[in-house]
Amino acid sequence: MALLEIKNLTVEFSTAHGPFRAVDNIDLSVDAGELVAIVGESGSGKSVSMLALMGLLPWTAKVTADRMALDGKELTEMPQDQRRRIAGKDMAMIFQEPMTSLNPCFTVGFQINEIMKRHLSLTRQERDKRAVELMSLVGIPSPESRLRAFPHQLSGGMSQRVMIAMMIACNPRLLIADEPTTALDVTIQAQILELLASLQQDTGMALVLITHDMGVVAEVAQRVIVQYAGQQVESRNVIDLFDTPKHPYTQALLAALPERATTQHLPSIPGVVPGQLDRPDGCLFNPRCQYAIQACRHTPPGIQNGVRCHTPLNAQGHPTDPMGLRQKEGVS
Amino acid sequence: MFQYFLNKLATTIPTFLGISLIAFAFIRVLPGDPIMLMAGERGVTPERYEELATQFGFDRPFYIQYKDFLLNILTGDFGQSFVTKHPVIDEFLARFPATLELSLSAMFLAVLVGLPAGIVAAVKRGSWFDHTLMGISLTGYSMPVFWLGLLLIILFSSILGWTPVSGRISLLYYFDIHTGFMTIDALMSGQKGAFASAVSHLILPAITLGTIPMAVIARQTRSAMLEVLSEDYVRTARAKGLSTFRIIGLHAFRNALITVITVIGLQIGVLLAGAILTETIFAWPGIGKWMVDSIFRRDYQVVQGGLILISSIVILVNLTVDLLYGLINPRIRQTRG
Ligand SMILES: Nc1ncnc2c1ncn2[C@@H]1O[C@H](COP(=O)(O)OP(=O)(O)OP(=O)(O)O)[C@@H](O)[C@H]1O
Ligand code: SF4
Ligand SMILES: [Mg+2]
Repeated sequence: MALLEIKNLTVEFSTAHGPFRAVDNIDLSVDAGELVAIVGESGSGKSVSMLALMGLLPWTAKVTADRMALDGKELTEMPQDQRRRIAGKDMAMIFQEPMTSLNPCFTVGFQINEIMKRHLSLTRQERDKRAVELMSLVGIPSPESRLRAFPHQLSGGMSQRVMIAMMIACNPRLLIADEPTTALDVTIQAQILELLASLQQDTGMALVLITHDMGVVAEVAQRVIVQYAGQQVESRNVIDLFDTPKHPYTQALLAALPERATTQHLPSIPGVVPGQLDRPDGCLFNPRCQYAIQACRHTPPGIQNGVRCHTPLNAQGHPTDPMGLRQKEGVS
Repeated sequence: MFQYFLNKLATTIPTFLGISLIAFAFIRVLPGDPIMLMAGERGVTPERYEELATQFGFDRPFYIQYKDFLLNILTGDFGQSFVTKHPVIDEFLARFPATLELSLSAMFLAVLVGLPAGIVAAVKRGSWFDHTLMGISLTGYSMPVFWLGLLLIILFSSILGWTPVSGRISLLYYFDIHTGFMTIDALMSGQKGAFASAVSHLILPAITLGTIPMAVIARQTRSAMLEVLSEDYVRTARAKGLSTFRIIGLHAFRNALITVITVIGLQIGVLLAGAILTETIFAWPGIGKWMVDSIFRRDYQVVQGGLILISSIVILVNLTVDLLYGLINPRIRQTRG
């Protein structure tokens, strides 16, 4: 059984312009100890889907799912209080902005101690001792004195290390890292990713890594989920995905890489992810897709073999025609 | 932190000088000769006039008078009343506890109600509680103090007969003054019913005086909390699985407090201004009533000294607030100096 199982997760925000579906029928299954990457341009619902899992969305969000289970325990049916005891303990999350994610009013030590106090039955001394160990584990020099520091005395990279130390304090089974390096300097980015990957190896926790960086995906992930406008468009093993992308969006993402696996940001594909007010009919990617046919403009594609496309690409990168749609429209 | 404190202390000096200059100029630019005013209906002989002018230093140049005036203040001499001939400082000290008791009670009420109300309104933003509270606080904020005071008197004293109309305690009770706080002295006296009487005298003036600060504190707490609740670190606290009480009461409120402390501090100036009206309405024998009486009696020495004493208190309070602000804000507390 998978550690994390999500079936048909949908998130709708009620906004001034009516409901907005930021996450649309997403499935996700993560095994214990697995590293899964979620990739996609800004606005594709990566953060919102994981925040929904953690129960961190504001009240304007309506979350529905057929199944959302961690370790076999169904989260959606759980009372609030019980669910709170899972967040921070069995699954934890770190965020994009380390500098603002720590509370400026409390010392680092206080904030690390607090999560252990909530979820573990350790004595004060044991907590203090573990806090020091955690700080060394995430590579912070002179941990004792750093524990007494306030967040404003730390750099961005240091703050993210503290966030990691804090969130792994209770040995979570699953850690979600939402673009953990986007706000950091390039050299620091590599260090933090290395740290996350090695922690994942050593502790055996599962890691869901949300990222913009295809290079990171190639290097550390085992499985990749490509997300577009709230939908999953392709979900594959990392080697296969890089070798033979099946979805035109994935292909475009990879093709736009100047040299694969070295860029820091997602390459740009002409056009933008549709927002609330400019959702196209049919396939959401059709306005930007070079293979779009008439059928794409009115009929939304379903998922076949992990790819959401009427005409998935073959190994040569050409569209196939499993349903005879191209033939019917006379497109070669 | 020490450096921060010294800086704050230094900025109070020009404020104090400015206020003292205004208070000093006040009785000298007002129409009418202070000595003639002092002399009253009967008038004075020219010799006596000269004598008095020399005694008060009115015959000397303005800047020398001001210098002497400042030096006197530094030695604790705030002049003496034309009317009673008592030193202004003595009169002030005799009345100050009454005002302090009233102001502290008003502030206590304002914080006790305003702070939690603001927090709940922020947490339940958009709810009927939020809307009702914001409506009430807007009304409370825009209601003139004397009107509210009269309204309360009419309702609770005249119609319901629950509370007395004026003074600090019923004339039935007499006891020694220890603290100057009627409620505490009444308790200490051990006389039956004295404390209840003191409280029933205090309650309406305290509500009257506390309403505006209460409204301001509620609104400011609400907006400070709203801002803080959307911060990333509050999301982190939730991601840690902490209890709602801890997230709101500790992680969010601790940050909101940095703003709210300043708001509360600023209300103390408002409170002293409001005290003048409130004390007049309820015949509360404090410094507000004393100042108003002195103005009507044209006892300008008292007005001058009183102004300076009141301003000094406001300055002192603001300094304390700055200090507290520094203490609860780690970014300031941590700086060495
Ligand atoms: N609280 C909210 N209310 C309304 N819409 C929201 C809210 N939060 C997010 N959205 C919308 O949901 C969509 C998905 O947002 P999300 O933050 O998940 O994107 P993302 O894939 O994480 O992008 P990025 O790479 O920029 O982090 C966006 O269009 C965003 O505007
Ligand atoms: S369904 Fe059509 S528009 Fe959508 S990705 Fe496939 S080919 Fe492109
Ligand atoms: Mg995001």
